[in-house]
Amino acid sequence: MSRIAKRFEQLKAQGRTALVPFVTAGDPEPTTTVPLMHAMVTAGADIIELGVPFSDPMADGPVIQRATERALAKGVRLADVLDMVREFRTQDAETPVVLMGYLNPIEIMGYDAFSERARDAGVDGALIVDVPPEEGHDLVATMKAQGLDLVYLLAPTSTQDRIARIGEVASGFVYYVSVKGVTGAANLDAGDVAEHVEAIRRTIALPVGVGFGIKDPETAAKVSKVADAVIVGSAIVSRIEALAERPAEIPATIGDFLSSLRAAIDAA
Amino acid sequence: MATSADNSHAERMGSGREAAYSLPDAVGHFGPYGGMFVPETLMHPLDELKQAYERCKSDPEFLSELDADLRDYVGRPSPIYHAERWSREVGGAQIFLKREDLNHTGAHKVNNTIGQALLARRMGKTRIIAETGAGQHGVASATVAARLGLECVVYMGEVDVARQEANVYRMRLLGAEVVAVKSGSRTLKDALNEAMRDWVTNIDNTFYIIGTVAGPHPYPMMVRDFQTVIGREARAQMLERTGRLPDALVACVGGGSNAIGLFYPFLDDADVAIYGVEAGGEGLQTGHHAAPLCAGKPGVLHGNRTYLMEDANGQIIETHSISAGLDYPGVGPEHAWLKDSKRARYDSVTDDEALAAFHHLTRTEGIIPALESSHALAYAHKLAPTMRKDQSILVNLSGRGDKDMHTVASHDGLVL
Repeated sequence: MSRIAKRFEQLKAQGRTALVPFVTAGDPEPTTTVPLMHAMVTAGADIIELGVPFSDPMADGPVIQRATERALAKGVRLADVLDMVREFRTQDAETPVVLMGYLNPIEIMGYDAFSERARDAGVDGALIVDVPPEEGHDLVATMKAQGLDLVYLLAPTSTQDRIARIGEVASGFVYYVSVKGVTGAANLDAGDVAEHVEAIRRTIALPVGVGFGIKDPETAAKVSKVADAVIVGSAIVSRIEALAERPAEIPATIGDFLSSLRAAIDAA
Repeated sequence: MATSADNSHAERMGSGREAAYSLPDAVGHFGPYGGMFVPETLMHPLDELKQAYERCKSDPEFLSELDADLRDYVGRPSPIYHAERWSREVGGAQIFLKREDLNHTGAHKVNNTIGQALLARRMGKTRIIAETGAGQHGVASATVAARLGLECVVYMGEVDVARQEANVYRMRLLGAEVVAVKSGSRTLKDALNEAMRDWVTNIDNTFYIIGTVAGPHPYPMMVRDFQTVIGREARAQMLERTGRLPDALVACVGGGSNAIGLFYPFLDDADVAIYGVEAGGEGLQTGHHAAPLCAGKPGVLHGNRTYLMEDANGQIIETHSISAGLDYPGVGPEHAWLKDSKRARYDSVTDDEALAAFHHLTRTEGIIPALESSHALAYAHKLAPTMRKDQSILVNLSGRGDKDMHTVASHDGLVL
C-alpha cells in the first residue's frame, strides 16, 4: 500500500480530515524548505505538497507565481527539489510528499529518470497540472511502475465523462479545484463544493481533496465537512512572502497558521 | 444538401485531404507534437470550442459571412506582386510577394481574428481576450471586437508595452483594455500565460483569441484553417499569372501562422520547396535568438508539445529578435512536425540580414516590409541566386513596416 493510501486509511479510522499544505520548494531560500516541512508536520499537516518551480506557471495566481520566481532566482530546479525530499526523509518516513508542477522539467529529465529518482528520494506521488489523462498515458505508466501515485485535478467544468476518465487513471487521491480560476483565486462557495464533491464520489472511490480559495480556519472547517483533504496553498505562500527577508521566522509562523487550521478542522 | 458544395467548403477550410496530408489527428496531434497540455478546468471548454468550430466550418452561412468580411472589411483577395526590380538586383529566380501587408490593420493577423470573432459571437461569448507581443495581433483583435461590439482585453508584457507605445494607443483608441503583464520575463510568453489565467477564471463569457498556430488543440488547427486563405489565393494567383506553381515558398516563422497559412495548400505539391525562416537574432552561436526549430529541442509549453528555447532543466529561456513578432520561445506544433518529416526546411537569418533586406526592398520596390517579413525576404535573397531565372519564389509579405519605424531608426542611430 502506498504511503498516501495508508495515511488516508489511518485518518479514516480516526474520523479526521487530512490537512494538506502546499509550499513552493526553495522559497524564499533553498535552506528554508526542509525545516519548514518538518514544522508543518508538527503543526498537523498530514500530506505535504511541494511545488516544483517552473518559468511559466500558467495555472497559478500572482502569489505562487512570485514564489516560483523567488525559487528560480535562487537556482532551484527539479533535481534540487528531489534532494530536499531526500533530506526530509532522513527524519520523516511517514508523511507522504506529493510534487506539484508542470510537465516540461519532467519531460527534459525523462519520464524514466524522473520516476526512478523521485521514488529513490522518497516522493510518493505527483500532480502535473498541465497533463490531463488524454496526454498522460506514458507518464502514468512509468510512474506507476515505480509505485508513484499520480494525482489528478477535477474542476467545476469537469463533465461526468471526464470524472469517469480521470477515475480510471488517478491514484492516491483526486484534487477538486473548487473555483474556476488560478491558485489563490476568489473565495469558494461551500454549498457548490459539496454538490461537486458528491458527484465525484459517485464515480471515484479515491479520497477527494479540495483546494483553491481556502484562506482561513472558517473556510477550512466548512470544506472539511465534505472533503477527505483540505488543501491550502496561497494563504501559506503569502505568509512566507511576507517573511522573505526573515526566513528564520518562517517555520514557526507557518506552524502557527497550520495549527489554527488543524484546530478548526478537528472541531468541525 | 449537395455534397459537392459541402466538400468544397471542407477543402476551403483546410480539411478534406483524405488521400494525403491530414493532420492533426482527432485529439490535436501532429505526430508527437501538439496536443492538449492544459489544466483540467480548460479541457471541457476546449472541447466545446472544438465542437463549435467543427459546426461552423461546415456551415455555409458562417462561411459566407466570413467570406464577405474578408472581402469587404479586410480587402481580400490580396494581390501577388512580381518584384521585378528587386529580383534583378538579387539575381536568379523571379521573386513574387503575397501582399498580406495590404490587409486592413496591415498584416495577416486579421484573417484569423475575423474568423475567431465570428465564432465567439456564434458561441454567445460577449468578451474577448488576446495576447500580443508587438501589438499586431492585439490591434487585429481590438479591431474586430470594436466592429462586433464585444468587450476586449489585451494582455501584453510590460517590456513590450514600453517598446510598442503606438500600438498600445491604437488598441486603446479601438476601445480595448490593455493590461501590462509584470510576471516572468514580461514579454509575449508571459502575456500568453496571463491570458490563459484570465480565460480559466472567466470561462463562461469569454473567448480567447490566440494569435498564432500554437496553444492547445484546437487552436493550431483552427488558426491554420483561417490563415490558409493566404495559400489558397496565392496558389490560384501563381497558376493564373505564371501558368505553374512556384518552385519555392518562403515565410518567416515566429509562432508560424503566416507561414502555415501559405504552406498548407501546397503541402501535397511535392515539387514546391518550402522554407520557414526563424529569427536568428545576433546569430545562433550567440544564444541570443528566437529560433527553436533551428536551435531548440522538443518540450511542452502553452498547451502543446513543440520545439522550445529552454535550458538543460526545462526552464523556458528568454529570446531575442529585432522583430517583436518573432520574439517567442516556442513555435506552432505543425511546424515541428513539418521539420521532422522534412516536408519543410527551417533556417534562420540574423537581425542584420533582416534589416538589410528591409532597406533593399524599400529602396528597389517602394514597399516597406515589416521586420518579421524582412526575415523571409532576407532568406529569399540568399535562395534566389542558387536558382535559375525562369524559376520562381513566392514570399509571404506578411505585414507592412509602418510599426517598425522607431526600431529601424534607432538602429540607424536616429530618434524620431
